[in-house]
Amino acid sequence: MENFTPYLSLAGGLILGVSATIMLAGGRIAGVSGIIGGLIPPSVPEKKWRLLFLLGLIGGAALFPLMGSDIAYININPYGLTDELHYAALIVGGLLVGLGTSIGSGCTSGHGICGLGRLSTRALTATLTFMAVAVVTVFVIRLATGA
Amino acid sequence: MFNVISTIAGIVFGFGLALSGMLSPGKVVGFLDITGNWDPSLAFVMGGGVAVTVVTFHFLLKRPHPLFGDRFHLPTASDIDRRLIVGAALFGVGWAIGGLCPGPAISSIAYASPKIAVFVVAMVAGILIAKKAFPASNS
Repeated sequence: MENFTPYLSLAGGLILGVSATIMLAGGRIAGVSGIIGGLIPPSVPEKKWRLLFLLGLIGGAALFPLMGSDIAYININPYGLTDELHYAALIVGGLLVGLGTSIGSGCTSGHGICGLGRLSTRALTATLTFMAVAVVTVFVIRLATGA
Repeated sequence: MFNVISTIAGIVFGFGLALSGMLSPGKVVGFLDITGNWDPSLAFVMGGGVAVTVVTFHFLLKRPHPLFGDRFHLPTASDIDRRLIVGAALFGVGWAIGGLCPGPAISSIAYASPKIAVFVVAMVAGILIAKKAFPASNS
């Protein structure tokens, strides 16, 4: 538990809720996978706001170190894989995240933060499913890598 | 008008993710590793986010129109079908392997890591494959 950051994580979470509120005040759901999906062919007509939201994500993350915060907490390779294996893991992980969020119509933001906020049973089912499957997957990877 | 809203919302979201710890795959895996050295921090991210949306969405959605805009664009599906479960499960496996979900993956482009670029390209390829091979019947 030495890395436990309840206050920062809670503050970050509240800010995500504020962002989702801003989007819904404009009539839309802040679901990142869906926003990306609309830009990928066959795409939807309204592309500009989607692109701006994604550029905003990058800008917001860039602001964080600019405001003096340390991004050294980021550990991109949690299983301590060799570079070769880690690239393979990122490719497989990325493909599955893209496939899964597209087929399942949402990710941690759309189903998690927005869908649960709307009290959607679908979103609750999806959230419990991806959480449970991810917990089991981490357990299996830990067993396999001994990490 | 909505372009301004989505730009602001995107910036706020990206900053919130960076502050929350979600941009670190190590933090994500630590949260999912409930039988190991469990770090429950990320429960506070979703908890905090939902604590806000459950209140604000309730009031926003009571209105016939959004505050800014002519209509709500909300998901129409309501049934729990195989696509939802299979998709969420595949996402769960990928999230655990890479430690990144779509929002943090895009946000992390800010830190110019080649590993993030590889993940984002693979994720976009995954969406492209899903849209070609498993198109939703209603979209």
